[in-house]
Amino acid sequence: MKLRGFAHKFGDNIDTDEIIPGPYLKEQDPRKLAEHAMEGADPEFVKKVRPGDFIVAGRNFGCGSSREHAPLALRYSGVKAVLALSFARIFYRNSVDGGHLLPVEIGIDAYEGIGDGDELELDLDEGLVKDLTTGKGYRVKPIPELVRRIIEAGGLFSLKPEELL
Amino acid sequence: MTVSEKILARASGRDRVSPGDVVLARVDKVMVHDVGGPGVVEVFKELEQKGLKVERLFDPDRVIAIEDHFVPPPDQKSAQNLKVLEGFVRRFGINKYYRYGLGQYGVCHVITYEERLVLPGEVYVGTDSHTTTTGALGSFAVGMGHTDVAYVLMYGRIWFRVPETMLFRLEGTLRDRVMAKDVILKILKDIGADGATYKAMQFSGDGVRSMPIEERLTLTNMSVEAGAKNGIIEPDEKILDYFGGGISPVYGDEDASYSETYSYDLQSVEPMVAKPYSPANGVEARELEGTPIDKAYIGSCTGGKYYDLVKAAEVLKGRRVKVRLEVIPATQGVYRKALDSGLLKIFLDAGAMVGPPTCGACLGGHMGVLAEGEVAISSTNRNFPGRMGHRGSKVYLASPATVAASAVTGYITDPRDLKA
Repeated sequence: MKLRGFAHKFGDNIDTDEIIPGPYLKEQDPRKLAEHAMEGADPEFVKKVRPGDFIVAGRNFGCGSSREHAPLALRYSGVKAVLALSFARIFYRNSVDGGHLLPVEIGIDAYEGIGDGDELELDLDEGLVKDLTTGKGYRVKPIPELVRRIIEAGGLFSLKPEELL
Repeated sequence: MTVSEKILARASGRDRVSPGDVVLARVDKVMVHDVGGPGVVEVFKELEQKGLKVERLFDPDRVIAIEDHFVPPPDQKSAQNLKVLEGFVRRFGINKYYRYGLGQYGVCHVITYEERLVLPGEVYVGTDSHTTTTGALGSFAVGMGHTDVAYVLMYGRIWFRVPETMLFRLEGTLRDRVMAKDVILKILKDIGADGATYKAMQFSGDGVRSMPIEERLTLTNMSVEAGAKNGIIEPDEKILDYFGGGISPVYGDEDASYSETYSYDLQSVEPMVAKPYSPANGVEARELEGTPIDKAYIGSCTGGKYYDLVKAAEVLKGRRVKVRLEVIPATQGVYRKALDSGLLKIFLDAGAMVGPPTCGACLGGHMGVLAEGEVAISSTNRNFPGRMGHRGSKVYLASPATVAASAVTGYITDPRDLKA
């Protein structure tokens, strides 16, 4: 699986209130949620993001609440993958099981090397992210086997319980 | 095996599990609220569009539905969500349903405790990150999103990665006006906002046993602020008495192995305050003495339980507040107890506003959100940018006692400094 898009860079501990602030939780229409994606961290984000883009972030991306509105808002804003040093577990799980986007763990070399706005190519089969702007490539952490199967199936509901193990 | 491992082993029909194993576990109880419930309905709608009709839930008697986030509804969308939740409850025959204006209702994690809805040894999931709270009663309690919860509602089973367990041994007893909130803020400061990611946080020792159950709930509640999958406490006499039989509690083995072990002497814990913008930003309250505040808030699953109100009232009795104080009992049950015992009069005499149970302002939803530049001290659980209102507002997290003392002086105050 290969994905190509531009990087939007954020720091550590980006929480779900920043990804989609609490007052929008009453909204069920994902397109409307997407109008406020990342509003708490960067109110200009929705003007900049294009379909297929990546978020590149530091540690503990998506910490805080269990609101699936967070990966939903990002997905419908156009974000295809989040590359982060680490993820909060509920956000990670929601992204995968909901079939919303790809959470990919990267190393500090990639986080420091990739600049805001750089064009990236993510190759999951090779386990690589290439920064096409700088020409540098970085290893990404392998995706666990079950997670990979759920992603490839398109979300948890594509598999019955007995097909999970 | 640790208690968390043993519960997961039992629920997945295995003799043994180890951290890192992925298991398919049976879920005993599942909770949806007025934010997660409508999300579940959307998931079911999508399935139906794909030709998969959901005829029934795995077991409606194991399902709990609670109105808490946007109640009473501040606008039409919120009112609509309550209707959607009601439609879901009726369609699938759910009878554990807690609604505002119809008796017991309020913040879900305090409802499950007061109504004894989740038993020790059970696997429990809910559409709320603070579902970890319930683990103080000996269950494996985990917060999830609405897709995962919809899956559980349909199949009664879901995958879990067995977490490593971090053990926190608490010894001794807390001093007067120091609370479990101070302990968990200190732990969060020590291990960081991702210090327990994917792991179980287990609390044990004399110090835990000396705490009332409602204080223990505060420890497991905020375990998620360190990224924990679950917080858990093995049942003791207090818990067994509370449930009064008919339960099958689970305990860890003597030789269980823990990924880390921390020890705390409760006698040495000071009142703590977490500065903006992280619950892990704790310092001793005294270090912030004199920091002016605009508003004080006592409420939520973390700091709106009956014991929290008792401790706040001890500070407020016979005093007047200098800045706004909002007191939001977590549930109708808490509200009634506070009325019967005279706590509400103490709050009103102090000048505080007492409002109806709701998650409300804790998540910046409604009923007392902050304006740009406003500073609050709050007994809640999160102080992320914009959490309780405008992105340019600030929240300091503290115990109900510290919040009450700060409301009296108008600046951050160690509650012990207000004595006599």
